[in-house]
Amino acid sequence: MALPQRKTDIGPPHYKQFLPPVIQKNYGKWKYHEITDPGLMVHVGESGDKLWTVRVASPRILSTATIREHCDLADKYCGGFFRYTTRNNVEFLVSDEKQVEPLRKDLTKRGFKMGGIGSGISNVVHTQGWVHCHSACTDASGLVKSMMDELMPYFESKRLPNKVRLAVACCVNMCGAVHCSDIAVVAVHTKVPTIAHENFKNMCELPTVIGSCPTRAISPDPANKSVKINAEKCMYCGNCFTVCPPISIKDPERDGVAIVVGGKVNSLRSNPKFSKLVIPYISNEPPRWPKVVAAIKHIVEVYAKNARKHERVGEWIERIGWERFFSLTGIDFTFQCIDDFTFMRDTMRTSSTFKW
Amino acid sequence: MKKYDTPLIDELEKGPWPSFVTEMKKAAKNNEMANDAVGHLEKCFKTKVGYWKHGGIVGVLGYGGGVIGRYSEIGDEFPGVAHFHTVRINQPSGFFYTSAALREICDIWDKYGSGLTNVHGSTGDLVLLGTKTEALEAIFAEYSSRGWDLGGSGSALRTPSCCIGPGRCEWSNYDTLDLSYALTQEFQDEIHRPTFAYKFKIKMSGCACDCVASLARADMSIIGTWKGKIEVNQDEVKNYAKNGMDINAEIVNMCPTQCISYDGKALKINDAECSRCMHCITRMTKALRPSGERGATICIGSKAPIVVGSLLSWVIVPFIKVEPPYTELKDLVRKIWEWWDDNAKPRERIGEVIEMKGMRSFLEGIGQSPIPQQIKEPRKDPFMFYTEDDMAAFKAKEAEEKKTGKFKF
Repeated sequence: MALPQRKTDIGPPHYKQFLPPVIQKNYGKWKYHEITDPGLMVHVGESGDKLWTVRVASPRILSTATIREHCDLADKYCGGFFRYTTRNNVEFLVSDEKQVEPLRKDLTKRGFKMGGIGSGISNVVHTQGWVHCHSACTDASGLVKSMMDELMPYFESKRLPNKVRLAVACCVNMCGAVHCSDIAVVAVHTKVPTIAHENFKNMCELPTVIGSCPTRAISPDPANKSVKINAEKCMYCGNCFTVCPPISIKDPERDGVAIVVGGKVNSLRSNPKFSKLVIPYISNEPPRWPKVVAAIKHIVEVYAKNARKHERVGEWIERIGWERFFSLTGIDFTFQCIDDFTFMRDTMRTSSTFKW
Repeated sequence: MKKYDTPLIDELEKGPWPSFVTEMKKAAKNNEMANDAVGHLEKCFKTKVGYWKHGGIVGVLGYGGGVIGRYSEIGDEFPGVAHFHTVRINQPSGFFYTSAALREICDIWDKYGSGLTNVHGSTGDLVLLGTKTEALEAIFAEYSSRGWDLGGSGSALRTPSCCIGPGRCEWSNYDTLDLSYALTQEFQDEIHRPTFAYKFKIKMSGCACDCVASLARADMSIIGTWKGKIEVNQDEVKNYAKNGMDINAEIVNMCPTQCISYDGKALKINDAECSRCMHCITRMTKALRPSGERGATICIGSKAPIVVGSLLSWVIVPFIKVEPPYTELKDLVRKIWEWWDDNAKPRERIGEVIEMKGMRSFLEGIGQSPIPQQIKEPRKDPFMFYTEDDMAAFKAKEAEEKKTGKFKF
């Protein structure tokens, strides 16, 4: 069969055609919203119109079969209108209140999980991992699944002082906003890369490879028509591997993950913050990463017990001090937690006032 | 079709959270590529390493991006994923869909690809995971003839994305959905034909809640804000108090500028001292809302850690009106790119170039004056540049003072 005529540079379809009539009518004229439970909220327009949103968990990797199931549900209860969120949840947009409970029952019957709204734990922003990325040093989807199985009550019902945004990055490239999450996992390499010198001259550009190194550990190796890496300077970021395939950094026994905490992206109360390193290394233990899951659950529980209402993880830690965070959580403080890259002058303590 | 034994990833089908392994197996039922992707993933879990090669250059005629080449190192063992390219479909603003539109996307993808997707990828595109080189032109013809286009990849403008904005939020200070659509249409060439030093991301949030994390992960962050008062509905304030809210503890004491007071009856806000952080508004959504002039703050430069550490975006334009046809904003984007193009080395994000060349060079390049809203605090060290023009201006000011007998600092 002949292919249809291609078009170029048309951009995405206009969003207006995908907005349900209640949104078209109340566009830009919403008055307030209320969260009924972690899986349901209602937005009320100045007109008095209401829009119910039912939020459902998604593993982000979706088969077309599951997308079709979302479509069927939307047809049955929402006139075919639904959306996805920036954290990869599904949101069914219901304009007829009578359809809310039947939809929720149907979702439950089919095994969908509702939740993620408000002061709890929503879906995890994450990267491709072993499923589909060349530079992954762990599997992001596997970690997310293992974490969320354990944290499910905080998605569906249990409440926290404020929302806790989780993220997983399968390497330090950190696709997604892992570096500003309440608690995030970032996979790390821990060994100096090796170089297949014989392939270097055919596959890599010397200036690009040298320029790719943040610590200037790479210098020319004229004898081999390649480069050499200074082991004392290398921090195993893997950026040289990204620009030059003959450089190899993967190591199944040494690759692992680090845990960073206390970041946020919004400006509520305090400025946006980067997440900071608290656990420098846990071995990769597929398929369930039990120590990583336990560490995250532990940090969530200590936060839940100690933070004041509305405090995000980072705000709670800033109030009590990092020394108190380490004593409350019992996490070992190690050299890796002291910045020796670019932020030392901003991060060392410069007063004698601290807590014991 | 080969049946793979997958004891490790089968473990990830257990437990309450929806399983991506179940999704992969659903796709694998009648798709050779997805089936081999399942076997391939089990091998990664067993050996604890990945087997995907660096991306290769594949794409569709006339475009330099939108498709990311992906090949397996072990394609002989798993021929279905020997090629397993990603196709990025530019999402509609706000990720709104109808069932008819998504079924159309699924029908085409089932015909030509693995049946696996990411809804959505981190940048915002609807990501189709896994197809072969020879299917790419057909996929593009099928999608584009039905009104769908590819998103950005490589050293290009990446697919712009935005929060839900006026579609379903009472706090949005500008039309994020429309601006995202308008910028995407305006800069089709920059999205589809990579000519930049590196990637450039634009993300749009309607308020300081920043639901798309633009301040943390967009080279250009457009964050909605306002200049008027926060309107207070005192009856609703009373309702919050009646329903158990400790207004002094939860609102007054948590205000970062201490501009709110509450005497047990009425809530008062000293609007001139408010920094518009959104805390009180988000906690008392029925009682408080912004009013007056609306627009956005433009920030620049955020990125993830590669190469020399993460950056959050810096304020460059404290307030800009955001109204169609967005001429001022589009001109600003072009000026930013021109300065970047003049100053960047390959693979340098704009935030890194600004660090190298100095904020002054950047601000002068795009025609912005220095104002205190751009900084947290002034310079600490006394090492600074004085141009001849700076000195002439200082001297001229002093000459003026001598004439008038009044100091101007």
